[in-house]
Amino acid sequence: MNKIVSKEFFSENVVRLEIEAPRIAKARRAGHFVIVRVDEKGERIPLTISSADASKGTITLVVQRVGVTSRKLAELEAGDTIADLVGPLGQATDVKKVGTVLACGGGVGVAPLLPIVEANKKAGNKVISIIAARTRDLIILEDQIREFSDEVIVMTDDGSYGEKGLITEGMEKVIAREKIDEAVIIGPAIMMKFASEVTRKHQIPSIASLNTIMVDGTGMCGACRVTVDGKTRFVCVDGPEFDAHKVDFDEMLMRLNGYKDFEKDANERYLKEHQ
Amino acid sequence: MDKNDILKQERDAAWRKELRGKIKNKERTNIERVKMPEADPTERRRSFIEVNRGLSAEAAMIEASRCLDCANPTCIEGCPVEINIPKFIKNIERGEFLEAARVLKETSSLPAVCGRVCPQEKQCEASCFYTRKLKKPAIAIGHLERFAADFERETGNISIPERASAKNKKIACIGSGPAGLSFAGEMAKRGYDVTVFEALHEIGGVLKYGIPEFRLPNSVVDVEINSLKEMGVKFETNFIVGKTATIDDLKEEGFEGFFVGSGAGLPRFMGIPGENLVGILSSNEYLTRVNLMEANKEDSDTPILKGKRVAVIGGGNTAMDSVRTALRLGAEKAMIIYRRSEQEMPARIEEIKHAKEEGVEFLTLQNPIEYIGDEKGYVRQIRVQRMELGEPDASGRRRPVPVAGSEYLIDADTVVVSVGVSPNPLIPQSLPELKTTDWHTLVVDEENLQTSVPFMFAGGDIVRGGATVILAMGDGRKAAEAMDHQLSKQVENAV
Ligand SMILES: Cc1cc2nc3c(=O)[nH]c(=O)nc-3n(C[C@H](O)[C@H](O)[C@H](O)COP(=O)(O)OP(=O)(O)OC[C@H]3O[C@@H](n4cnc5c(N)ncnc54)[C@H](O)[C@@H]3O)c2cc1C
Ligand SMILES: Cc1cc2nc3c(=O)[nH]c(=O)nc-3n(C[C@H](O)[C@H](O)[C@H](O)COP(=O)(O)OP(=O)(O)OC[C@H]3O[C@@H](n4cnc5c(N)ncnc54)[C@H](O)[C@@H]3O)c2cc1C
Ligand code: SF4
Ligand code: SF4
Ligand code: FES
Repeated sequence: MNKIVSKEFFSENVVRLEIEAPRIAKARRAGHFVIVRVDEKGERIPLTISSADASKGTITLVVQRVGVTSRKLAELEAGDTIADLVGPLGQATDVKKVGTVLACGGGVGVAPLLPIVEANKKAGNKVISIIAARTRDLIILEDQIREFSDEVIVMTDDGSYGEKGLITEGMEKVIAREKIDEAVIIGPAIMMKFASEVTRKHQIPSIASLNTIMVDGTGMCGACRVTVDGKTRFVCVDGPEFDAHKVDFDEMLMRLNGYKDFEKDANERYLKEHQ
Repeated sequence: MDKNDILKQERDAAWRKELRGKIKNKERTNIERVKMPEADPTERRRSFIEVNRGLSAEAAMIEASRCLDCANPTCIEGCPVEINIPKFIKNIERGEFLEAARVLKETSSLPAVCGRVCPQEKQCEASCFYTRKLKKPAIAIGHLERFAADFERETGNISIPERASAKNKKIACIGSGPAGLSFAGEMAKRGYDVTVFEALHEIGGVLKYGIPEFRLPNSVVDVEINSLKEMGVKFETNFIVGKTATIDDLKEEGFEGFFVGSGAGLPRFMGIPGENLVGILSSNEYLTRVNLMEANKEDSDTPILKGKRVAVIGGGNTAMDSVRTALRLGAEKAMIIYRRSEQEMPARIEEIKHAKEEGVEFLTLQNPIEYIGDEKGYVRQIRVQRMELGEPDASGRRRPVPVAGSEYLIDADTVVVSVGVSPNPLIPQSLPELKTTDWHTLVVDEENLQTSVPFMFAGGDIVRGGATVILAMGDGRKAAEAMDHQLSKQVENAV
């Protein structure tokens, strides 16, 4: 059982939870994630550790409401507990001093991007961050990203905030302007696919952090498998970060839809019960 | 006194002699082997109730009377932990069921489990006098073992073993499968302060997430876990040693001995085209969703693919569990696809029999070579190749070889891949000085199961690859004995 220490809504559908987890707070590195099970009937879902405070013994998760579990999480209040929390999982980000890093975050992908931006800044890199979302309300963690970036570009699809346009357009502009040594791309699978096309074209080494479906998160089930460089890899133990240019994003997109109908059913059932 | 002398002495006990004299051996051997009452196949194939219903007291006593209480009980040689089989069986014959359960617990920490899942036909029952010499069906040792353990549990008479005086030494057990549980029990008995660390949110390892309810109800496992708790064993779930804390962290916190029972939980895939299509999953994922996450229940948030035409690739216990689970989730057609013949199947004979009774189709001497999906990426068909058996391979089983030009297509909307598991790499990864084999199992010395790291022992599937519950359990006991010995010696030397 882990207690929620504080909670804050970034927007209607994005919530930040600070949770007691002293061991994880101490052991975690940038790039790590946890698996959460909200209650006895709950599903196990992966969430990135967005930040942690080892002295306080807490970790921070940023959750976007998409289905049953993320909804249940968003409804919890400070003082409530979640049934299970395990981690830190996955391989930590391999952060080196490379020069200039272009950090690209789409939607809730900005949450997992934050610790990587922070680590890159601390490693002495120049960090240019582009954070993008469909609309103004979905832009999250802007201030926190600013704190560790040399420059931040905000973009919305509808132009309601920052520059209007897709993240790929913002990337092209920066790349045209200056030499980028490495790119980090995190967001919805479809965004990662197109963003990595851009960096491939310009031959910029890139990593993507993959958000596949998971069950155990410890390498036991294979639900999270993806094809990278023609080989099957498990995102939870081999990743979540991989060379963006070697990931088979089409296959990943296809696999993400595997349980869509069930999730829709569960979600509708949940909404009915809670109206 | 050596083991055989003890056996002989016990056999000479007055009650045993008297019992032997009661019925003539000829009469005993004329009794037919008991039949385990089973749930009706047409009903059970759609339900998760336990298939084997258990023996009645009368049936158990009659079966027990078949046992000849042999002077040379070869059955014991067939049991990896050398349970004193005639002693427990004769206690059943004379109606002392609790005493029978106590005998079992002298050597086995999980008799209710082993009675249900041991491959008896390859172990104790294969070495029974009836099988070896009389060429008759063996004594139903497994059924009787289960009977005694169930009787103890169901009558609420579970004896909690006595503990030696507290030693004030902290021991860490990594993993809560049968290896870890039996290790923890043995160390607690010896007075150690044991904490079991488990990565998942449930305790029990494969007993919980792998083997389904219809074969091993969780409640049976929970009772064993509760006895351990009563003995003072502590459990920390959601704790991955090597991630949540390292071995060094635990040493700093005062842990002096370590047992690794982290199992062989890594699923293997075949690496054939189309294997990552939607609807193709490992048996670990399939069984975990149902057994651990209860995805078969209405109120669970975890989804499961309820395929109409389900194909399971493989011929082991895991494959049988998966295919029978598919039926219970509502499959219209549930198939086993196995590349050798039924004779070579590693699954327990009883599971194969039960699967057939429930309507599972067996496509033997066939092997998938490609999966074909629809435009949305869902699997729709399997390209299968027929096989024939060639020369024996390293395992002694005849090697399957493809028959040229024999390929054909099978329709399937769900495929469960159950072609074996590899050892869990989490511990070796976090401890580079720990020696592993080319198969990624841990290297231990056979005598006392010590790894290459001081005060770290290991057993079960992490050492053996995919093996059995009873072997894992036996390892746990053996390692506890060795660790106790080493730690006690350390204390003596210090004084
Ligand atoms: C390593 C890792 C880190 C992650 N970090 C975060 C994070 O920090 N914050 C956050 O909000 N989310 C994160 N995710 C995604 C998060 O796990 C999913 O949003 C969550 O599982 C959804 O569960 P649910 O029950 O609420 O929705 P479900 O009912 O399971 O799904 C609802 C809808 O979302 C889609 N969906 C389900 N899982 C995913 C997924 N993994 N990616 C994209 N779409 C999905 C489904 O197809 C469905 O349409 C991460 C995923 C991974 C693998
Ligand atoms: C579906 C299925 C059916 C089977 N049927 C039979 C049968 O009928 N008869 C039979 O004899 N055998 C059967 N087996 C095999 C048997 O279950 C195994 O041999 C046995 O469980 C091995 O025990 P173990 O304790 O070594 O490991 P496991 O039971 O695998 O337990 C290991 C535990 O360690 C945990 N763990 C791993 N790494 C860490 C870590 N770093 N920190 C903390 N915890 C960790 C895992 O989560 C797991 O719970 C079956 C196996 C499966 C999968
Ligand atoms: S533990 Fe297994 S092998 Fe040993 S006697 Fe019992 S059923 Fe037979
Ligand atoms: S070998 Fe068979 S008959 Fe003899 S003691 Fe063992 S179980 Fe009984
Ligand atoms: S989530 Fe199960 S193997 Fe990765």
